[in-house]
Amino acid sequence: MTHTPFLPLILPLIAGILILLAKPGGIKLQRTLAITATAILVAASLYVMQSALQNPPQIYALGNWKAPFGIVLVLDQLSAFMVLITSLLAAAALWFAIRQNTDTEGAHFHVLFQIQLFGINGAFLTGDLFNLFVFFEVLLLASYGLLLHGGGRLKTRAGLHYVAINLIGSTLFLFAVGALYGILGTLNMADLAQKIALLPASEQGVVATAGLMLFVVFGVKAAMFPLYLWLPQAYANTSAPVAALFAIMTKVGIYAILRVHGLLFGDAAGDLAGLHIDWLLWLGLLSMTFAAFGVIAAKNLRQQVAYLVLASVATLLVAIGINTEQALSAALFYLIHSTFIAGGLFLLADYIRQGRGHAEDAFVRAHSMPSAILIGSVFIFAALAISGMPPLSGFLGKFLILQSALDHPAFWWILGVVLTSSLLIIIALARSGSLLFYNILPQEENHAPDNAQQTSSGKINMQGCGSIIGLLSVGAILVLFAQPIYNVTDSIAQQLNQPQMYLQNVLQFTPVENAHKELVE
Amino acid sequence: MNLLAFNLPIVVLLPFIAAAAAAYSAKFNRLAAAWVSGIATIISLALLIPAAAAIFGGETIIQNWNWLHQAGLQFAFRLDGLAMLFSFLILIIGLLVIIYARWYLAAKDSMGRFFAYLMMFMGSMLGIVMSENLIQLVVFWELTSITSFLLISYWQHRKDAREGARMALAITGAGGLALLGGVILLGHIVGSYQLSDVLASGDLIRNHELYLPTLILILLAVFTKSAQFPFHFWLPHAMAAPTPVSAYLHSATMVKAGIFLLARFFPALSGTDAWMWLVGGAGMATLLIGAYTALFKHDLKGLLAYSTISHLGLITLLFGFSSQFATVAAIFHIINHATFKASLFMVAGIIDHETGSRDMRKLNGLLKYMPHTAALAIIASLAMAGVPLLNGFLSKEMFFAEAVSFSQGNSFAWIIPVLVTIAGVFSVAYSLRFVHDVFFNGEPIDLPRTPHEPPRFMKIPVDLLVIVCLAVGILPMYTVAPILDIAVTASLQSTPPEYSLALWHGVNLPLIMSAIALGVGALVYFRRKPLIANYERHEHINAKQYFQKILAAVIRFSEWLSARFDKGSLQNAAAWTLFATLVISAYGFISFNSPLLGDRTLLPMEPVSMIAAAVIIVASILTLAWHRQRLQSLIVIGVVGLITSLVFVKFSAPDLALTQLSVEVVTIVLLLLALYFLPQTTPKETGMSRLGRDALLAIASGIGVFLFTMMVLSRDFSSISEYFLANSVPGGGGTNVVNVILVDFRGFDTLGEIIVLALAGLGIYAMLQGLHINPHSRFRINADAHPVILQTFSRLMLPLMLLVAVFIFLRGHNLPGGGFIAGLIASVALIVVYLSNGIEWTQSRLRVDMHMVIGFGLLIATTTGLAAMLVGYPFLTSAFSHIHWPVVGDFELASAIAFDLGVFLVVVGSSVISLVQLGQLSHKPENPEGV
Repeated sequence: MTHTPFLPLILPLIAGILILLAKPGGIKLQRTLAITATAILVAASLYVMQSALQNPPQIYALGNWKAPFGIVLVLDQLSAFMVLITSLLAAAALWFAIRQNTDTEGAHFHVLFQIQLFGINGAFLTGDLFNLFVFFEVLLLASYGLLLHGGGRLKTRAGLHYVAINLIGSTLFLFAVGALYGILGTLNMADLAQKIALLPASEQGVVATAGLMLFVVFGVKAAMFPLYLWLPQAYANTSAPVAALFAIMTKVGIYAILRVHGLLFGDAAGDLAGLHIDWLLWLGLLSMTFAAFGVIAAKNLRQQVAYLVLASVATLLVAIGINTEQALSAALFYLIHSTFIAGGLFLLADYIRQGRGHAEDAFVRAHSMPSAILIGSVFIFAALAISGMPPLSGFLGKFLILQSALDHPAFWWILGVVLTSSLLIIIALARSGSLLFYNILPQEENHAPDNAQQTSSGKINMQGCGSIIGLLSVGAILVLFAQPIYNVTDSIAQQLNQPQMYLQNVLQFTPVENAHKELVE
Repeated sequence: MNLLAFNLPIVVLLPFIAAAAAAYSAKFNRLAAAWVSGIATIISLALLIPAAAAIFGGETIIQNWNWLHQAGLQFAFRLDGLAMLFSFLILIIGLLVIIYARWYLAAKDSMGRFFAYLMMFMGSMLGIVMSENLIQLVVFWELTSITSFLLISYWQHRKDAREGARMALAITGAGGLALLGGVILLGHIVGSYQLSDVLASGDLIRNHELYLPTLILILLAVFTKSAQFPFHFWLPHAMAAPTPVSAYLHSATMVKAGIFLLARFFPALSGTDAWMWLVGGAGMATLLIGAYTALFKHDLKGLLAYSTISHLGLITLLFGFSSQFATVAAIFHIINHATFKASLFMVAGIIDHETGSRDMRKLNGLLKYMPHTAALAIIASLAMAGVPLLNGFLSKEMFFAEAVSFSQGNSFAWIIPVLVTIAGVFSVAYSLRFVHDVFFNGEPIDLPRTPHEPPRFMKIPVDLLVIVCLAVGILPMYTVAPILDIAVTASLQSTPPEYSLALWHGVNLPLIMSAIALGVGALVYFRRKPLIANYERHEHINAKQYFQKILAAVIRFSEWLSARFDKGSLQNAAAWTLFATLVISAYGFISFNSPLLGDRTLLPMEPVSMIAAAVIIVASILTLAWHRQRLQSLIVIGVVGLITSLVFVKFSAPDLALTQLSVEVVTIVLLLLALYFLPQTTPKETGMSRLGRDALLAIASGIGVFLFTMMVLSRDFSSISEYFLANSVPGGGGTNVVNVILVDFRGFDTLGEIIVLALAGLGIYAMLQGLHINPHSRFRINADAHPVILQTFSRLMLPLMLLVAVFIFLRGHNLPGGGFIAGLIASVALIVVYLSNGIEWTQSRLRVDMHMVIGFGLLIATTTGLAAMLVGYPFLTSAFSHIHWPVVGDFELASAIAFDLGVFLVVVGSSVISLVQLGQLSHKPENPEGV
């Protein structure tokens, strides 16, 4: 009996509880616990990834109840991949939060952080649709807490929008799950898939309605047009490490579409196969367009980065919407890029905000920031990566996606929208970079000290820069080591395209014999 | 170790490494950056030399490493004649520019930054010309766009530099994206991104249905990069760059990248009508516009910029002729233009540097102040004008010859020789202006500085270039012929035609055209004053303005769209979400041919259900009607909750009914507490149109949910619940299936849910910590906050209620009840005590930190699950047994009860923590540290 699939869940859960109980021990103890736990989680995720690559999908039956009656966790390559990305991103965000003292701005940062990881990893590992709902709630509540961390009017307002829209999503999730259960009588995803494959025509309409409703729910999480309106303000106003961690949150929605719709409405689903695919592609293209315009219209850097996140998620939606194994592999490759670069960019934006004093990160003229050349160079690097300019990962990812779209009937639309939005983003980033780093107010000399304080540039607390370097270096690593990384994403895409193994392993799994169960006569 | 196996990537990458080294070394010594750059350039050159023998022998060196084979990507470098020629131009002119820039840059300019950018640019250019893999070529192509952005905006405090750089980036960046598209298509047609394969598949490409889009996309890249009409306008604005940058970018490198691509893809793409029209048309237009406009520019660099545009048009036009001879001429002119234009830019920089002005209306008669420079400038200008004995003459002569021979095919094509002669006329005129206006033509006017010769080393690069102009012009066969030959061979991918580089071909049409150009050109120059006056009287089409107008329109549109769609309003976001749900889900139903309702027989309506339904409907409508009176609407929401629990009772779900009831009580109390801090009424904020939209959405959503529910409920139902009923006792050890599901079958869901509850409690604590809100004044009417009767009563009730909670908890596994309901009951008991006695009173007696209660609750629940793992079962596997207690009798003990205890504690802790936080909001000042 192996507990491998359960490791990414139990570790942050125990850590979260211990950190809560360590509250009287003070922030130092909590930090030590948090760092240790996250380091162990990273190690465990690497182990889990390796295990997933070497084995067929592994099943973990919680409570020792066989599927579809109990809840099972399923560890396949995609789950392990998502878990690994999450834990690496989390390590960087946590380090930054601690070094910048973000965690002391309010209560329970570390508890919320660990439980957030529990929620995200749970969503990646569960094989049960209702359990997925539960994990959506866990990560929603944890992320709401993190979003508000530190308080303030803007955070509270953005947080309200975030939680309200996501609660609408949760309600719809319940409707959809209820309907699927009502028609198919089961909640296990593999079982659902099997039953949908045999569904009589008279029931198809109901299942299609529920399936597309679920698609909307995941679309809210993935920030797909027109469901992304909660995102820009939420990401732009929360603290930097939280925004960085949230780079994975939209991917939870993407993952859910891949997993749930991939299994339930995959090739085996008969008339219902590919129910969501066209929506995915066209809404993805629309999202990309709107996001590009949003990048141009942004009034400050963090808002701009939030729209850049939208644009990169839209790229993923389009890639998945192309719906071939090659496109899927490209999408997963791009997903690594999108997550880490967006995370790094949020952290970098925080340095820039600090450095510009009262102007913060607003797009207005201000005084030069300290270490402007260094920060500016890093900004150029990040801007190139996120906008998909060579030679960094965004370019390679977009190239792979475009290449996989060649035989798609909508190729010209995909090519046109991807290239045009890239151009708009490049223009916008050149404008903002030029304003932030070049178009600076002259240093006025000989003025009164109090006056000086008002107009002077800020100080940058460079602590935690390791996180930024680590996250952004992914932009180069993905290019240099494209072959081994692409081999992994290729293998994941292949496994996803052959769900028979997944279904078989889930449904034929036998629990451990002979539990300690004695009945009263 | 064979150097020829890996020298090419080093040649390309060395400048990038040198860039980092230059930036770093400049911290210690200003000049170190220049030295590092120069040495790196020399090493790169030296590394190319060993390959030269092979290349001149007609070989092509290809060095390959795998990058991503599934996608056809390789790190692949190629050196053939064409690449060799361009590499030499890039490196040698680069070296001269480095020497020149070291003297040109002022003390306040950052040397490190300049040379770092310059070297990165050099590396990118080398990458373009030496790429064998086309995607790799695109990478370097875009890198030149980026590095040129950095170079042009080098003097970042200047608005024109920033704007010029952004414009160049936008135009050439767009071209790069088009190139990516074109190359992907090309790779698709050929099945490989390797240049060798592409060049060998010319016929396949030209006959493919994707030929035209491929061609257009690639030509977009060429035209944007090489400043061809109508994308030429970025180039003059790039003149805001320091002059060494202009000398480098606009003679041998950046703008030649597009031309290089024409030469490179010539065997693969040329020879079709589309090619001739597009390439030739753009080239001709650019040639004429550039030559004409150059004459009227008063700025030295402005004149040179338009002259560059015109010469680029000339080369493009030659490629457009699509003949082998024309290719020879084109490549020859690439070399010649690079040499004379680089020297002229450097001269312009010297003049600017030593006089402080570039305005030809002020710069006059410099001959006597700087005779050496003047000599250099005159020779280079005459080469530009195409005067015999200079290199420009030779290639221009070949150009005229090609124009004549092309015109013989078509009855309308006689216009071509005429047009190119006109361009030649203007070319002579502006060259004369450069010479005569600056060095002769009277005395200088109001110059900021007294002109004098520049430092010696600033002139040396120009000296060398001018010598080349002369050498090639006089002795072409002994100088340029070998490299021209291999470059043409590589471009054509076949043996070049027989051509002659001789000075004298006898009196023929091209010679006459040259003579006309020289004569009329001189005439035009000496009649320039009325021409210039006339030019300045008219408005001219200013492409920059169009570009900026389009850009401004895009920005305005973006802002408009963002303001309309992403308003930052919750109602707007919610409306879009609901709308999308309705449309997308409804589409799901109508795209399948399923009946709306199933054939299950519905239960008969009976009065009790009808009344319940009616009450819910009325209560919902009242909520809507009273939503501005917050208290009333809360009360009617409570009615909805109560009826829901009654519905559960009716359908024999006592657990759900109990849960619903207690949840209802706790939430209403919490909401009441929250209302305490809010105004009693909601102001009117929505207009009629919004109300209409919302009403439509609400009605549609209501109908949608109703239909959706009916679809499901009217169909027959069979589910896995049979299994739960059958296994509840043997597998879960309890007769209350609901509870067994909660703590055993789906215990993991419950664990998740109590975590959600815990998060809610902790979240409320974190959010409200440190917050102080004054309660709304109208609530302060009741002075008696804690009525005595209520106080006494609640204190009496507390133990009773807790006992009930314990009872409900213990029986949970077999009869309705369980940890969740028990927790809620206990919470209600505590809440009543808090409310009636006040928070201080209660807390002084209940000295438990609710954080710890939540923490231990979670810990107990989790540990119960972990215990199973210790004995080799999955997490949360339950175990149960029965023990015999004296008096009580047989008592069943299930591990699930420990789990349920965890649930109980979390529920109590979270409810109480929320309540206390809310209740304490107005007391915060006395207790700023929180609980």
